[in-house]
Amino acid sequence: MINIFVPQDTTALALGSDEIASLLTESISSRGLDVKLIRNGSRGMFWLEPLLEIEFEGDRFGFGPITMSDVPSIIDVLEDSHSDLKNIAHPLFLGSVENIEYLAKQQRLTFKRSGLSDPTCINSYQSLSGFKGLTKALSMDSQLIVDELKNSGLRGRGGAAFPAGIKWQTVLDAPGEQKYIVCNADEGDSGTFADRLLMESDPYQLIEGMTIAGLAVGANQGYIYLRSEYPVAHKILNHAIKEAYKAGFLGENIRDSGKDFFLEVRLGAGAYICGEETSLLESLEGKRGMVRTKPPLPAIEGLFGKPTVVNNVLTLGAAATVLEEGSDAYKNFGMGRSRGTLAVQLAGNVKRGGLIELAFGATLREVVETFGEGTFSGRPIRAIQMGGPLGAFLPESQWDTPLDYEAFAALKAMIGHGGVVVFDDTADMAAQARFAMEFCVIESCGKCTPCRIGSTRGVEVIDRIVANEDRDDNLILLHELCDTMELGSLCAMGGMTPFPVQSALTHFEEDFGLNSRRDH
Amino acid sequence: MALIVEEIINMLEFYEPQADFGTPEIESETMVTLSIDGADVTVPEGTSVMRAAAEKGIKIPRLCATDSLKSFGSCRVCLVEIEGRRGFPASCTTNVEEGMQVVTQSSEIGKLRRNVMELYISDHPLDCLTCPTNGDCQLQDTAGEVGLRSVRYGFEGDNHLVAEKDESNPYFTFDPSKCIVCSRCVRACEETQGTFALTIDGRGFESKVSAGQSEDFMDSDCVSCGACVAACPTATLTEKSIIEAGKPEHSVITTCAYCGVGCSFKAEMKGNDVVRMTPYKDGKANEGHACVKGRFAFGYATHKDRITQPMIRESIHDPWQEVSWETAVNHTAKRFKEIQSKYGRTSIGAISSSRCTNEEVYLVQKMVRMGFGNNNIDTCARVCHSPTGFGLKTTLGESAGTQTFASVAKADVIIVMGANPTEAHPVFGSRLKRRLREGAKLIVIDPREIELVNSPHISADFHLPVRPGTNVTVLNALAHVIVKEGLQASTYIEDRCEMDEFEKWSAFISDDRHSPENTEQFSGVPARDLRAAARLYAEGGNGAIFYGLGVTEHSQGSTAVMAIANLAMLTGNVGREGVGVNPLRGQNNVQGSCDMGSFPHELPGYRHISSKVTRNLFEGEWGVTLDPEPGLRIPNMFDAAIDGEFKGLYCQGEDIAQSDPNTQHVETALSSMECLVVQDIFLNETAKFAHVFLPGASFLEKDGTFTNAERRISRVRKTMPPLSGKADWEGTMALANALGCKFQYDHPSEIMDEIARLTPTFNGVSYAKLDKLGSIQWPCNDHTPAGTPVMHVDEFVRGKGFFAITEYVPTEERANRKFPLLLTTGRILSQYNVGAQTRRTKNSEWHEEDTLEIHPHDAEERGIKHGDWVGIKSRVGNTVLHADVTSRVKPGVVYTTFHHPVSGANVITTDNSDWATNCPEFKVTAVQISKVTAPSRWQERQKMFNTQQQHLLAKARH
Repeated sequence: MINIFVPQDTTALALGSDEIASLLTESISSRGLDVKLIRNGSRGMFWLEPLLEIEFEGDRFGFGPITMSDVPSIIDVLEDSHSDLKNIAHPLFLGSVENIEYLAKQQRLTFKRSGLSDPTCINSYQSLSGFKGLTKALSMDSQLIVDELKNSGLRGRGGAAFPAGIKWQTVLDAPGEQKYIVCNADEGDSGTFADRLLMESDPYQLIEGMTIAGLAVGANQGYIYLRSEYPVAHKILNHAIKEAYKAGFLGENIRDSGKDFFLEVRLGAGAYICGEETSLLESLEGKRGMVRTKPPLPAIEGLFGKPTVVNNVLTLGAAATVLEEGSDAYKNFGMGRSRGTLAVQLAGNVKRGGLIELAFGATLREVVETFGEGTFSGRPIRAIQMGGPLGAFLPESQWDTPLDYEAFAALKAMIGHGGVVVFDDTADMAAQARFAMEFCVIESCGKCTPCRIGSTRGVEVIDRIVANEDRDDNLILLHELCDTMELGSLCAMGGMTPFPVQSALTHFEEDFGLNSRRDH
Repeated sequence: MALIVEEIINMLEFYEPQADFGTPEIESETMVTLSIDGADVTVPEGTSVMRAAAEKGIKIPRLCATDSLKSFGSCRVCLVEIEGRRGFPASCTTNVEEGMQVVTQSSEIGKLRRNVMELYISDHPLDCLTCPTNGDCQLQDTAGEVGLRSVRYGFEGDNHLVAEKDESNPYFTFDPSKCIVCSRCVRACEETQGTFALTIDGRGFESKVSAGQSEDFMDSDCVSCGACVAACPTATLTEKSIIEAGKPEHSVITTCAYCGVGCSFKAEMKGNDVVRMTPYKDGKANEGHACVKGRFAFGYATHKDRITQPMIRESIHDPWQEVSWETAVNHTAKRFKEIQSKYGRTSIGAISSSRCTNEEVYLVQKMVRMGFGNNNIDTCARVCHSPTGFGLKTTLGESAGTQTFASVAKADVIIVMGANPTEAHPVFGSRLKRRLREGAKLIVIDPREIELVNSPHISADFHLPVRPGTNVTVLNALAHVIVKEGLQASTYIEDRCEMDEFEKWSAFISDDRHSPENTEQFSGVPARDLRAAARLYAEGGNGAIFYGLGVTEHSQGSTAVMAIANLAMLTGNVGREGVGVNPLRGQNNVQGSCDMGSFPHELPGYRHISSKVTRNLFEGEWGVTLDPEPGLRIPNMFDAAIDGEFKGLYCQGEDIAQSDPNTQHVETALSSMECLVVQDIFLNETAKFAHVFLPGASFLEKDGTFTNAERRISRVRKTMPPLSGKADWEGTMALANALGCKFQYDHPSEIMDEIARLTPTFNGVSYAKLDKLGSIQWPCNDHTPAGTPVMHVDEFVRGKGFFAITEYVPTEERANRKFPLLLTTGRILSQYNVGAQTRRTKNSEWHEEDTLEIHPHDAEERGIKHGDWVGIKSRVGNTVLHADVTSRVKPGVVYTTFHHPVSGANVITTDNSDWATNCPEFKVTAVQISKVTAPSRWQERQKMFNTQQQHLLAKARH
């Protein structure tokens, strides 16, 4: 029997993988082939999706990106008993998937299992060394688990890059019977999809990471706060959670350890701000998603006022790796204070978009040129925005900056959640600056004044600058407004909205009125 | 003397907003010292930088912060610099730390604040000069403080300036065009009031304050407490009275004349007109909170129905004749003397008012005992909390609640029985809800599903829906479970209670007849819930009991009060903060009127008239000989009147024709009088049977004191001269002097001095001390010069606590085939008591008529639909109301309120009463309900009689 794989993650589905899978099933049955179709997760090479893989002699061989019309020819290959599956003459044949350079050049830790199997199959997860970290953690003292995490140097992958071990230590040390683990899966940054990919391709890793976090800090309840725009992830997570309960990896007395951990998924309601941890907690409590002041830190007074770990999907996933491989192995990757790997999500106007997991230290240029191979439009790259809608626009002079939290912070830029959005030379950067303000108008929680009113005024002032109305005065006003938002806002939403605006102004001033490049 | 009096009464203040420290006061034993603008400040740990600065007199500009609400951090105007910290932390959300160096003013801070203000004002109308809160607006003040001089954004941008006003609430306007979205109103609705009616709708620039889901205020859950209006820093939420009249120019601190919570208010004045009542932050009963009645419903005081001239007439069928005070009191004195000479010394009496001041009540009983020469003095507490007096005196030794309201903040398990605090004692209800939101457990014992059973963020752990009339079985069963399961506080009982009595009681209560499984057949309360509730109360930490008229107004009212005291002693829950037995008093001065000796058997301070020592004390001061025999209670007065033995009554500030049970019986009694004197601010139902009408004064027109349910004595201060020329105490004094009493008081403070001289629990009370301390909880004497917040601390007032035997005796008022349903009565938030005041305000917009609540099952059986006219027939009478079909009441129980005279709720209530105190059994009447098409015959007659009496009144007024 031959196993073939067609992904069921959101990207592949959007590109027709369900239809392809149906046609394959039909053809297999009508031709009476001894072939099993497995719906795996994606490898993250979205430019190759839908990517069909054939398992042969322990290796996997790919075709992609395929369409419905390619199905008969691939079925023919499968039917031909003389086929050498390692070496097929087919226009879409990619050879061994593992050897595709895009994948081979990565350092995959968190995404090492991504795309290998049916994400909801708990046996496959275990056979791919899943739950090893948890099994270790079950025999460890809480403090030892926290120490492992601290030693790994893992920092929050949601964007703020706060040392995860210190956060866990704070929750462990906080008094209180009831503590919570909350996974921030409200992945809302433009150009990001790593959380979704992990949840859709390897959900047990998140379950494992959260359970480890629960053991580490003494929390017996976890919540995954998932954005409602991820229905596929919702379905897959719930399926996986059910299986994990059945197999004794969740619930009371996990694997006869005497320890408990309960987990459920809660859906968001479409607000970007609920990716901010305190708004997320408000929303999780059933309230309007609105930023809380800190202190108190969520680690001290979090969900329902109890000590709470709020970590991003990737952070919790990495925690499972740290426990499995050991903190020393994990911290061997990376540079400076940025340890381990970063899941770069390459998107925007790019030829080969997808997930690229690399040790910290590679440069942005390597990512967009080596992996991305330039723009989709074929035109020169003009600007790159990294870290979501609040990230700075980077001109070519800054592309050699290594992927390192501190190096980016020095540029008033950020790595954030690892989203990279590429713009070609037709991009109007004044329009992009305006969009940054506009995004804030729509997505601000409305609590603090600089963000609530400032963003609206920001849009208006940029419009006036572009229209050359009192340009000089309005430029001063825009700079002051940016300062007011940065220094006066309650959270990063208002505080960082100026970054893309200021960087666009600094590096692409020619787009803002007067002799505007766009005056045509 | 006169000079001192002048000083005391001149508690006028120029209008000034109350001091605001920005964030709430923090209690901590650890003190922290920091430096603010170079000055050292020492404050409790946990205090905000903003508050620390304010305590040093350093004002940091702010808009979203106010000290009644938790800090929020949204306005970003209060930013400061702190050495060693990045950026500009908000001073409201940053707590002090030892050695912290704070700078509140610098050019960077100034620029930042100005730029934030500029954003605010870019979305705010520039109509300050014609704005209702011009000169009383924090936005305006703050713009001035930060030196905003221009708005560079212009006013052409996106804005909310055309947002429409919501004027649906009768008392305040919501003008969203002036809103700065600081959320103070939303937070006040949540944190202060606990109603959760307001929210912020939308997000980002579209964020806006919304009542409910974009409803108008009137249609939302808003209870019009005014907390949002008080919290608003702009003109967005403004009292309509202020919009109309403008900013007040002076203010007077006084005490609310509605319920027994006794809220302290700043009456804000223009000349002699009250333009706003603002809850006073330093008032210990309410701490800055209020309800729709006290805050807004004061318009009755100047209502056109006010009668300001004394009037007399020969018979109740004659027109009234306006006369001078002198003529009126001389006429009355003459008639009373004639009656006494014809029918005997005891043929006249008086009823004092729980709405009048302590001093006025004291004078009425003094006049009865001196001038009438008998003890025929009773008070309306007879019909509400007399069982409390009896029951608590018997068991604990003092006729009063044991705690302060604030004590509830330390309670862990709260029992609310036969009380509906969110409607009847709303400001206390808000305190209670706050504690419940913090996690305290709640047991509600009530036939109805009151708001506390289930409302936003509140849900009772147990609701024991007791069948009316069976309270004692539930209380006994609770005690039974505790004793049988060994959950009692044995050491406490051994130390503090009479052990012989306890042993007897313990044997009594252990009997199986008190087991929840057995009492379930009477009370209808499931045994399982009752057992669990008993365990929770006994084992849940500090247990506090709050109860109301649903406990007292029963044939076994006194038994139930004693059973409550038993429960508290049994579990060691008396004598410290967070516990206790707390009657929620109905009227503003029920406690005071009881304290002041207006009972036929007691002199001030609950001392029996039969005691020679006590009599001698008063005889010495008053220079008369007192009758040692107790006089008539109110129901006895009615019976004696019908028997022809009681012919003259002076009734001050009570409306017995509406408030007392079996109206037709009361009307017959009143019609039998030869001289009925009514002193009131309106021609109330009783006055329609009167021969002499003396115009009363509202609480705004006099000085005096009220004592609330916490035993808290608070000053009532005159804001305007009495409309009739005399305050009530002056009217009573004139009548007493016409009777030959020779009363000589220039000011109520002198009456209080006399009370203090004669009453051990009041020895230390004086107006000077009240002015100094704000309020005093009695006992106040040499032992406790500042008063007594918590009673029975080391031992009970009676020495050892007494466990009274509380056998359940079913009421005779039972449901049967003819009268299958049980009617019980209560109150609603917007109306007060008989409604004489609130019906003459816009509060009627919330409650235009009394309705009958009936369960859908009972309604269905009778073919009754929501809104139908239904006849309610009891053994003594019948009346007609509209039906409100609701599952708030359980099957077999119907419920109504008695705020409107025409409802005739008391036409159907019976003469049954408490075995010990004659408190009427208002809460249990067996009735039949049927669909009808017209009002009852009594209602028709009442309507006719009313028209006739209004006509006779009109003649007096030309």
